[in-house]
Amino acid sequence: MSRYSAFALLRNWLGGNTDWDPVWRSPEPASSYDVIIIGAGGHGLATAYHLAKHYRPGRIAVIDKGWLGGGNTGRNTTIVRSDYFYKESADFYDHSLRLYASLSQELNFNIMYSARGILNLAHSRHEVDFQRRIVNAMQLNGIHAELLGREEVLKFCPVLNGDPNARFPIYGAMRQKRGGTVRHDAVAWGYARAADALGVDILQNTEVTGFRRDISGGVQGVETSKGFIGATKVGIATAGHSSVVAQMAGFRLPVASYGLQAFVSEPVKPVLHTVIGSAVIGSYCSQSDKGGIVCGGGIDPYPSFAQRGSAATMEKVLAGIVQLVPTFSSLRLLRQWAGIVDYTADSSPIIDRSPVPGIYLNVGWGGGGFKAIPAGGEAFAHLIAKDEPHPLTTAFGLQRFRDGALIDEAAAAGIEH
Amino acid sequence: MMRIACPNCGLRDEREFAYGGEAHIDRPELDCDDQAWEEYLFLRANPKGEHAERWVHVHGCGVWFNLIRHTETHEVVAVYVMGVARP
Repeated sequence: MSRYSAFALLRNWLGGNTDWDPVWRSPEPASSYDVIIIGAGGHGLATAYHLAKHYRPGRIAVIDKGWLGGGNTGRNTTIVRSDYFYKESADFYDHSLRLYASLSQELNFNIMYSARGILNLAHSRHEVDFQRRIVNAMQLNGIHAELLGREEVLKFCPVLNGDPNARFPIYGAMRQKRGGTVRHDAVAWGYARAADALGVDILQNTEVTGFRRDISGGVQGVETSKGFIGATKVGIATAGHSSVVAQMAGFRLPVASYGLQAFVSEPVKPVLHTVIGSAVIGSYCSQSDKGGIVCGGGIDPYPSFAQRGSAATMEKVLAGIVQLVPTFSSLRLLRQWAGIVDYTADSSPIIDRSPVPGIYLNVGWGGGGFKAIPAGGEAFAHLIAKDEPHPLTTAFGLQRFRDGALIDEAAAAGIEH
Repeated sequence: MMRIACPNCGLRDEREFAYGGEAHIDRPELDCDDQAWEEYLFLRANPKGEHAERWVHVHGCGVWFNLIRHTETHEVVAVYVMGVARP
């Protein structure tokens, strides 16, 4: 892998830009690997990168039925934050945010981390009280957050609807300054390039169709659209399709899959320099570097594997955006898309061994997987290499559903994820 | 927009309805073991394909009913009343 630098830019410019290396190889599958990761999204690629860099378990492959970064990693609203309530979540997600902050240097690939801050608006006295509770919890967990009054909010972000008689008047906001955005495609591409350089085979357009197991029940490998590929350790990082892959291996998961939509408008001049959102309205948005207003909201209200989204939810989310910023009502949408996300009952992930020996799980992220990619990859690599949970994810096991030890962030932090 | 045929009111837009989870899940006896309780509370079929589920016509007649819907195409294959076995 040739290193990206100002010097490399200059040298390739002088050479007419004909000398760039391919960013990753497109190898044919080997007959077997030591570790196979199913799903070449952010979590799968980050896991392969950490495995190859820190644990060296032998040959590693990441396989995907489509192209790398073509699922939810390329379909989200690019927001990263760590405004969680429980210590287990706070420690994990804040570690992830810290890894994001230095990821461009780590991967030698510009992921465009922009700590533009996240502003969650409060529209009533009671919401102000609720935000005070969350901010206190965050401070106790060692994560900086602050409360802003109405005047401070409107001064900081004048594009917001400041009408005191608005349907959702602004009473204040909580802000995490270190939150912000990351270029989502660059995360997939950066991890793919770095993993490939460490010898990981990324097998695109290779769909898993089943598992082969030995007499004792342990995994021997996966059947794919390109034939059988052997492996004694297989990691599942397939987001919304986790239950489909689990069914092939013969077990069920405590997840339900839903469509989660996002929208981007035509590009306009800089008007919004932070991320704004409202839990009551159920919508949030930011402005991309290209100028588009990137909007998101709640999940579609029924299970789905269709990557297109419900028109009723689209209308609800966008009506909310127009409540927050009335001038956005004149914008036209350029694109709309939906990713399939697998939700657990407590909106916390599952990073654990599966009921089948040799199969490992990195699933159940719901709509919150993108922000967790660097730490998720690190923890999943640890789990696969050592066959025991990473210290930051011991609370996120499958057993919690049997024990009732849920980490219920949906209730505690007041966010779906 | 998905359209659903309410057993009482006929074909209406999805926004008149609310989804109520997977159908045909029976609560086990209260002295069951933790595994049975976990399965009842948390483990779901979540298929990519036909799914039996409960819906309520919340902005209509208010009746609960079951339907079978394909989770990839959103095609409603069958609608049937509560208490009846899956067709």
